[in-house]
Amino acid sequence: MTATIAAPVTVDSKAPGIPWVRLVRIEMRKMVDTRAGFWLVLGIVIISALITGAMLIWSDPRNLTFGQMFGMMNIPTGVLLPVLAILLVTGERSQRTGLVTYTLEPRRSRVVSAKLATSLVYAVAAVLVALAFGAIGTLLAGAFHGDIPNHWDMTWAGLRNSGMLQLIALLEGFGFAMVIMNSAAAIVGFFALPTVWTIISNIVPWMHEHLEPWASLNSAERPFQSGSSVAGDGWAHLGVAVAIWVALPLLVGLWRLARSEIK
Amino acid sequence: MIEVDRLSKRYGTFLAVDDVSFVCRPGAVTGFLGPNGAGKSTTMRVIAGLTPASSGRATISGRHYHDIPNPGRQVGVLLDASAQHAGRTGREVLTLGALTMGLPRRRVDEMLELVSLTPSESRRRVRDYSLGMRQRLGIAHALLGDPKILILDEPANGLDPAGIHWMRGLLREYADQGGTVLLSSHLLHEVEVIADDLLVIGGGRIVARGSKAELLEGAGTYVRPLSPSLLLSALAAAGLSATPAPDGGLHTGASAEEVGRAAAAASVVLLELRPAGTAGLEEMFLQLTSDTQRESVFEGAAV
Repeated sequence: MTATIAAPVTVDSKAPGIPWVRLVRIEMRKMVDTRAGFWLVLGIVIISALITGAMLIWSDPRNLTFGQMFGMMNIPTGVLLPVLAILLVTGERSQRTGLVTYTLEPRRSRVVSAKLATSLVYAVAAVLVALAFGAIGTLLAGAFHGDIPNHWDMTWAGLRNSGMLQLIALLEGFGFAMVIMNSAAAIVGFFALPTVWTIISNIVPWMHEHLEPWASLNSAERPFQSGSSVAGDGWAHLGVAVAIWVALPLLVGLWRLARSEIK
Repeated sequence: MIEVDRLSKRYGTFLAVDDVSFVCRPGAVTGFLGPNGAGKSTTMRVIAGLTPASSGRATISGRHYHDIPNPGRQVGVLLDASAQHAGRTGREVLTLGALTMGLPRRRVDEMLELVSLTPSESRRRVRDYSLGMRQRLGIAHALLGDPKILILDEPANGLDPAGIHWMRGLLREYADQGGTVLLSSHLLHEVEVIADDLLVIGGGRIVARGSKAELLEGAGTYVRPLSPSLLLSALAAAGLSATPAPDGGLHTGASAEEVGRAAAAASVVLLELRPAGTAGLEEMFLQLTSDTQRESVFEGAAV
């Protein structure tokens, strides 16, 4: 063996750790540095543009208000954002990148919170895109059709409600992904489980009467889908439903990740 | 220094790692040898904090992997070269690593050059990489943070002979500069040239350990008689066991003298009688690792 005169190798436990903000930047980059992620993000922008165009061409001019356009764009975004959040989580397992990710940052909950922050940043960006295209569409509609009644009308409650529903859907997808840890199953579960609940609830009268208002996210969200403000009852229903469909999966998922084996 | 202390990992009723203890010392390459499914990867994953141990512990310089801040700067890990997003380019994989560890971007180019991935190759997606290219990328990733400790699971897998030769030189130099290297393989000849210390694992247990020279000493004797069956019974009469080799010879754990005396006593004609050497090591490796029931552990020297 070759002689070595090296100091014994020790590990520096006082070295600076990885700043959390850096982890967020990494996750934001990981979202768009693959073709799939890139097109998913760009898809949200493209679909918003298409909806603006379609509404300008085919909609009744009376419907071409800012609020209507914004509302329409929130529908596809509400579908795509949760998928984006799901892929951000399950990709670590399906592509097996978790092996590297969790070796570079063994404190797994920090990686998860960075991913959560990343999906929130993308959600805010999606709302901003919807607002921007809504504004452009409204301006164009005004130019084509002249005066449209209540043209720029949008209530603060409307903006808050749609932003909040987007956020809930996104977090729900995130939580489902954390629990199920499989892209396809998590996406199917995210879209199918609430529907399955509704079907069963419609068959079982007791369930429909007592559980539906509190435990069904669909029912709890309904009052918030309009631009009007909601009474305290509605908020309580929403709170409970979110606890069941969002908070619970998130907590179970975190607990699971902390104990699971990364393969 | 990597220390594994009475480590066990159980999956249901299956004991993947069974009371394994060893130490990897600085300035040496430790070869971790065993057939597929022997428990090498599980042990390494426990060291890297990815798999929770059922009992026992694995530490790096006295610390759990979890407690090492920004561990990529201190411990380089390659567990599976194929565990990369197929849609990312090789350069992007290294860039993500460099950004996470807080390294300058030029480190990516330096590492690409070190592992001989050309600029055009680095811009291809990992999906289109051969296994050998993925290994090079994985080694580059492990070395990115300039760590003093390296944990590499089957890094030679998929490398061509020139690549294996290159890797040997790289790890040799690394250890000579005081680094600690734990390197696994299921092929003896891949590690015997480079490893200073060898650990042989089979069925989740360490079945042999020591320097290569120490293991060679215990690798037994090769003997080729005119009639293998006559010699086998002669050896059996002397209380010695032997296993037939495909070329008509026999491998035995007994010394050359014991074999010679047994053969002379039974008047068996011998054509060849010598220390088994590397072939014996191979034979011993196969025997030790195929027979998981084996109780005796060959100890070279205290590690």
